[in-house]
Amino acid sequence: MARIVVDPITRIEGHLRIEAEIEGGFIKDAWSSATMFRGIEKILKGRDPRDAWFWTQRFCGVCTTVHSIASVRAVEDALKIKIPPNAQLIRNIIMGIQNVQDHVIHFYHLHALDWVDITSGLKADPTKTAALAASLSDWPNNSATYFKAIQDKVKAFVASGRLGPFANAYWGHPAYKLPPEANLMATAHYLEALEWQKDVIKIHAILGSKNPHPQSFLVGGMSIPIDPDSQNALNADKLMEIKRLLKKAQDFVEKVYIPDLLAVASFYKEWAAIGGGLGNYMSYGEFPDANGNLWFPAGALLDKDLSKVIKVDQGKIAEYVDHSWFDNSAGAGKGLHPYEGETEVRYTGPKPPYTNLDTNAKYSFVKSPRYEEKAMEVGPLARILVAYASGHKETKAVVDLVLGKLGVGAPALFSTLGRTAARGIDALLIAQQTPKWLDELIGNIAKGDYRIHNNESWDPSTWPLEAKGYGFHEAPRGALGHWIKIKDQKIQNYQAVVPSTWNASPRDAKGQRGAYEAALVGTPVADANKPLEILRTIHSFDPCLACAVHVMDVNGNEVVRVKVS
Amino acid sequence: MSERKNSEAADKAEQSLETREFSVGEILKQRGVSRRDFLKFCSAMTAAMSLPASFAPSVAQALDEVKRPTLVWLNFQDCTGDTEALLRAANPTVGEIILDILSVDYHETIMAAAGHQADEALETTITKYKGKYLCVVEGSISMKDDGVYGCTSGKTHLEIARRVCGSALATIAIGTCAAYGGIAAAIPNPTGAVGVRDAVPGATVINLPGCPCNADNLTATIVHYLVFGKIPAMDSKGRPLFAYGKRIHDNCERRPHFDAGQYVEHWGDDAHRKGFCLYKMGCKGPATFHNCPTQRYNEKTSWPVASGHGCAGCSEPQFWDTMSPLYRRLPNVPGFGIEATADKIGLGLVAGVGAAFAVHGALNALRKDKEPEETKEG
Repeated sequence: MARIVVDPITRIEGHLRIEAEIEGGFIKDAWSSATMFRGIEKILKGRDPRDAWFWTQRFCGVCTTVHSIASVRAVEDALKIKIPPNAQLIRNIIMGIQNVQDHVIHFYHLHALDWVDITSGLKADPTKTAALAASLSDWPNNSATYFKAIQDKVKAFVASGRLGPFANAYWGHPAYKLPPEANLMATAHYLEALEWQKDVIKIHAILGSKNPHPQSFLVGGMSIPIDPDSQNALNADKLMEIKRLLKKAQDFVEKVYIPDLLAVASFYKEWAAIGGGLGNYMSYGEFPDANGNLWFPAGALLDKDLSKVIKVDQGKIAEYVDHSWFDNSAGAGKGLHPYEGETEVRYTGPKPPYTNLDTNAKYSFVKSPRYEEKAMEVGPLARILVAYASGHKETKAVVDLVLGKLGVGAPALFSTLGRTAARGIDALLIAQQTPKWLDELIGNIAKGDYRIHNNESWDPSTWPLEAKGYGFHEAPRGALGHWIKIKDQKIQNYQAVVPSTWNASPRDAKGQRGAYEAALVGTPVADANKPLEILRTIHSFDPCLACAVHVMDVNGNEVVRVKVS
Repeated sequence: MSERKNSEAADKAEQSLETREFSVGEILKQRGVSRRDFLKFCSAMTAAMSLPASFAPSVAQALDEVKRPTLVWLNFQDCTGDTEALLRAANPTVGEIILDILSVDYHETIMAAAGHQADEALETTITKYKGKYLCVVEGSISMKDDGVYGCTSGKTHLEIARRVCGSALATIAIGTCAAYGGIAAAIPNPTGAVGVRDAVPGATVINLPGCPCNADNLTATIVHYLVFGKIPAMDSKGRPLFAYGKRIHDNCERRPHFDAGQYVEHWGDDAHRKGFCLYKMGCKGPATFHNCPTQRYNEKTSWPVASGHGCAGCSEPQFWDTMSPLYRRLPNVPGFGIEATADKIGLGLVAGVGAAFAVHGALNALRKDKEPEETKEG
């Protein structure tokens, strides 16, 4: 049995290593390891809770809004702060466009090259490519001239002899199945999406100064003032610019992303039976209205059973460290609820440079969160499945449409291809919904409501001596939770359980695999030296490792540090 | 026999690749970029580098002549925010192509190759272009416990940094983490995180702090090197003067409100809606050196103060400790004053911040840089 290592897993956020055992052309077992650690939650100890969003935002520059949102919600929950309706709507718009932009970047720039062979596109007939594209949508850039220009550009690039980021890849691998025309079309849209993403994300700059790391979040609301009669506030001019950019976002998703997704998927239908993995899914739900009702419903599904949606209870979450490089005073095999997290980093892996990890022992900086001791998958697929199973009207319509176009049933969603398709469905639903929140915001402003912040509990002297709270956010990559304990106006304990912590987790005390590990088992690998198939399944999760890794001991216990020799 | 023939042919092909010389101008033409777009880019870069507009033609000429340099981008203890910033760079079309033209031979976030094929790409590049390639580092480097808190392909980031930055023509430390250790180095710095200069003492390092770095400043730094054949003049913190030579407070569009004593008192109050000064809400602009007010972000759409939130001081070393809490007013700044008073305020602040650094023992050098007027006054 051959053990292969893929490190670095590229085209993701962060530092991920996969080790896998291959037998008879299939993956028999797999281990997911995160190899970088910073310890931000430890650094948060003793700081101002109102600052936490700014610190935790730096968990990740890709998921650049999500930790801010979860963090302000956690503090608002602890201090019982209700934010004004306009602040909620502004947050919804920020979250909405983050989701759409993130999914498009993932599909074209992080995932597409697992399915698209750029070099094959050089052989394409631009006229036939234009015909293919026109058969899928009425996007204006569907001409033969356009595709010829792109092809010439790529040809000139290849002729220069320096392939830059495209060098040394798996081009020509037998698992690539798209015809040259589809490859050229996808390559053109790879470049177009690169332009598009930096335009539509200007919505974050308008509402939050910049992207990445927008800077207008506040505990209690938002810092971007509203005043139609001021040039220094959200006024008609800025609202119309947001409207234009949201339209641009929606157009691209409807006319480029979704058609491309369906076209690519139709050539890889066998991947609807590969990479299913755990079969347990969890979503926290998202996009509250003024009354706190969520647009996407929350819930969990077990064993691929779409007939029973379970209510999510944050009290049933616990994290284990039996295969993670941390100590845990609760003892081996014991999980801890996030409020009580008290873990200390303790690297016991091989001394670098190393060729293999000891996967029987501890092998990752990611912990193993479990829900009622079960490993769960989170992300767009979980979100869409929970919404679908809950009878969410908009979701049901789009899911049925996509399944119909591909000629497959709902079980096809429990797969690598299902994950990739669900991300597109998610982007489409949110791209169509976000303009409605903008209209609602404009309606409120028209009625004279300019409130963006609830000042009642801004001053720490108004706070109780002790408080605790949690904030959930259904982020682009899935279920995200932050838990905070406040004492004497300072952070006493802070913990985040992040989507990629759920998905990238190593085995727990019972030996249950995490979501990546489970999904890889059974995946075919045609050439162990070029494990393209591993990238397909891992990328279908959209890993974000900087998010996933953190340490929690911020509750004031002085833990003796053991120097690893 | 035939094997030898093949290898000779390969050598020849490789040689012709190496000797083939492309100028940036030629490559742009080849890629279908018009002369007009190219000149537009050059003017934007001229502005970003704080050069007079009359320099634009010479920038264009210089770019026409330079050969295509190689760049490798390393991600260490990072959040990928600076990579994301790069993707949002202004002057999109030409900017992207310029970066492309640099031949980005290694960048984990975007590269197609993975695993040992990715490793190979890095090895080939740093061997073949030894002493000639540019390196960009994103993220801090863990020094504690022999650097086990950051590994890629089984090697510590410390080891990778020493090899790759050590053989580079120059290294750009992008973002505050790579420049000074950043968030991971904040007290109590659990992993012993440091910036590139401390991890690889012999390397030639240009610091481009910011959280994240403004991508226009990165592009301008690279163009500066291509045009002038040398790295830009820097302050005592290793930052290019063209981007970090001036205090945010002195370039802030809300400065007149500070001088006039018009302050925001509560989020969403009348003063906030009118765009008054955010000093009382914790703005760190008076102690921060960066070109945010003029360069702005996302194709000059906005910057923090314009979104109604104070500056966080993110381009200053150890700002996570010295500038926080985020909403605490900077010390020793009287509430209002006229122009002359305000300048003195700036002076007092610099001293104050210096003292804070010393207290935390986090800085090896107090600022003695580019503020001739103040040094004189002080």
